[in-house]
Amino acid sequence: MIGVVAGSAAMYHAMTEMGYASESTFKGPIKLSAPPPGTSVLILGAGVAGMVAAMELRDAGYKVQLLEYNGRPGGRNWSLYGGDTYTELGGFTQKVGFDAGQYINPGPWRLPYHHQGILHYVNRLGVALEPFTQVNFNAYVHSTKAYGGKPQRYREIQADFHGHVAELLAKSTQQGALDQKVTKQDREILMAALKNWGALNGDYTYAKSIEASNRRGFEVDPGGGLDSVPIPSEPKALSEVLTSGLWASIGAGCNYEMQSSIFQPKGGMGMIGKAMGKELGPLIQYNCKVIDIKQDDKGVTATYIDSRSGGEKRTASADWCVCTIPASVLSQIPMNVGAPMKNAINQLPYQAALKVGLQFKRRFWEQDEQIYGGHTYTNQPNSIIGYPMWDYFSKGKGVLLGAYTFGQPAFIAAAKSPEDRIKDALEYGSKIHPQYMQEFEAGVAVAWHRVPWTLGCAGAWTDAAREVHYNNLCAMDGRIVLAGEHASRIPAWQEGAVTSSLDAISRLHKRVMNA
Amino acid sequence: MNNRLAVTTALLIAIAAPALADTAAPTPPPTTLSGRGGLFPMQGGEAIYKGVCQGCHMPDAKGATGAGMYPALTKNENLETAGYPVGVVVKGQKAMPPLGPYFTDAQVADVVNYVRSHFGNKYKDKVKPEDVKLMR
Repeated sequence: MIGVVAGSAAMYHAMTEMGYASESTFKGPIKLSAPPPGTSVLILGAGVAGMVAAMELRDAGYKVQLLEYNGRPGGRNWSLYGGDTYTELGGFTQKVGFDAGQYINPGPWRLPYHHQGILHYVNRLGVALEPFTQVNFNAYVHSTKAYGGKPQRYREIQADFHGHVAELLAKSTQQGALDQKVTKQDREILMAALKNWGALNGDYTYAKSIEASNRRGFEVDPGGGLDSVPIPSEPKALSEVLTSGLWASIGAGCNYEMQSSIFQPKGGMGMIGKAMGKELGPLIQYNCKVIDIKQDDKGVTATYIDSRSGGEKRTASADWCVCTIPASVLSQIPMNVGAPMKNAINQLPYQAALKVGLQFKRRFWEQDEQIYGGHTYTNQPNSIIGYPMWDYFSKGKGVLLGAYTFGQPAFIAAAKSPEDRIKDALEYGSKIHPQYMQEFEAGVAVAWHRVPWTLGCAGAWTDAAREVHYNNLCAMDGRIVLAGEHASRIPAWQEGAVTSSLDAISRLHKRVMNA
Repeated sequence: MNNRLAVTTALLIAIAAPALADTAAPTPPPTTLSGRGGLFPMQGGEAIYKGVCQGCHMPDAKGATGAGMYPALTKNENLETAGYPVGVVVKGQKAMPPLGPYFTDAQVADVVNYVRSHFGNKYKDKVKPEDVKLMR
C-alpha cells in the first residue's frame, strides 16, 4: 500500500510538472497603437484575464466595459479573510471565523519568478510582495504506512535518499559497472561528484558522520562553550527509505514553478484583483450574470441579469468582445459562434480542487517544531499542510492551509458539507501535528466544484484534447475572442490568464486595425 | 471522446509509473482529471450518490444555479433512456467532468440505477455493468 502513498504525492508533482511547466510567453509590456476613435470592446469577466485586457485596451484608446458576475473584482484571484462570508452552490454558507487580517487563498497562491506577465501587473499596480517558501527542509514528509505513521523531517529523507543512491553509484563505478558509459577520466570526476552530492565519507560510504549530519541534521547540534561537541545522527537504512515511499515527496521544489524565488502578495493573493479593480473603477459593472451572447456583422451584444436578484434583462453592446467566462459556465450560455469554438468550449472539463484554511490559537508549528513556512506532504487525502509565510514568530494566532488536494479526494470533499471537510482536515492534520485538536479555533473550506462562478477550479486539458480543440478555443470567431487560463498552455496559473489575455487582445487589435 | 479518454489514461499512467515503481505499489490508479486519486471507494448506488454526485447535483438532487448551473436529477426525463446518464457519467458533458476513470462498471451501473429509481424517477429497467463497459 505504500505505493499508493508514494504514488499520490508523486503524481501530484508529476502533474504539476507535466501540465503546468510551460514557460511564460510574456515578452514585456504590450504596446497597442491607437484604434479608430470610438472603437469599443465588451469584456466578460473581471478576473485577471479580463482586467488585463481592460487595462491595456483602455490605455490604447478603446472604449471598454466589463461585466462581472461577482460583487468584487478578481475572479479566482481571491482571498478569504476573517469576517468574510462565502456561500457555495447549494446555499451552504460559511462565515470565516478567522481573526481580522488572517486569511487563506482558495485559488492561486504562488507567483513564480519567471511568471513575468503577472509580475509586471503586480509591479505596475504597486502590489507589495513577500517571499513564498515552497520547500522547507524542516517540515515533514508523511505517510500513514511508513515509520509507524510518524512524520519524518524532509531533510532526513532527502539526505538519506541522495546519500544512499550516491553510495550505490560510487560502488558501481568502483566495481567497473559503469566502465562502458563513463570514461576513465570522467570516472574520477564522478567519484568526487558523488562524494560531494551524497555527503559520502572518504571511503565513499554514506554513514553516520559529521558530513551526513550537515545535511540531515545532528542528534545533538554543535554549540558554544563547554558541552558543545556535536553528535552526528544515524541515517535511515536504504531499504527503509525506499519502501517508505517518502522519496516521492522530496522533489517538490525541483519543478519549474516551484523553484525559488517565488512570491506572494502581502495580505493575500486577492490584493492583485483588488488593485486591478481599483485601477478600472467604474468600467466594471458588478453582479451581472450573462445569459446570452450574440454577434452579427456590426457588433456583439451580451444580455445579463442581476446575479443576486435576477430581475429584468439588460444588454451591453460593443464592436468586439473578449470573453473570459470559464468554459464550464460558457458552455451553458447561448452564444452564436461556429462549431469549432463551440465544441472546444463543450469539451473542456474542469478540475476538482479543495483548499481548507484552519486558524489555530498559537503557531505551534513554529513554537514546538521550528517550521517556518513551506509545506508538509502527506499520503492522506489532505495532501498538503501549508504553513503561513508571514508574521513569523508572532505570538498571536496563525492560519494553516490544512488541505490542498485535487482529483478523487477533492470530488469526495465537494460532496461533503463545509463543516465535514474541516473536520476531515483536522483529523488528517492531527496525525502529523498532535497539537491540532487542542489549538483549533476556526476553519473555512472551498471545494471548487461548488464555486458558483467557475464550477471547478481550472480547465482540465489533456494533450489529446488540446490537439483537437485548443486552437479552435483560442481562434477569434467573428467579433468574439476567448481568454483566460483555459485558453493558455499554463493552465490554472495566473500567468496563463495574463499571457492568454495579451495574445487575445493583440489578435483582436490587429483585426481592428485591418478592418 | 472514447479515443480522447484512452489517450488520457495512457498519458497519466505513464506519468504515474515512476512513482509507483516500488514493489509495494498496487495496480496503477485509473486516469483522473488531475493525476491524483484512484477509484471512488463507495459501493452501492446510494453511497456513491451521497459520496460523489451530490457535490454538484446536491443532496436533494435538485441541482444548483450560479453563473452556470448543475441540472436537477429529480423527475428528469433525460434519464428515461438509461444509456444517456451512463454516457454522461462516463464521458462527461460540458461542466460535468468525465468520471468514468474513477468508477468501475458496476459502480456506474449502481449509481445510475439509484438515480433512475429515486428522486421522483420511477424507471424500472436496470443498467448492467456490461452496458457500462460498452460505453467506455
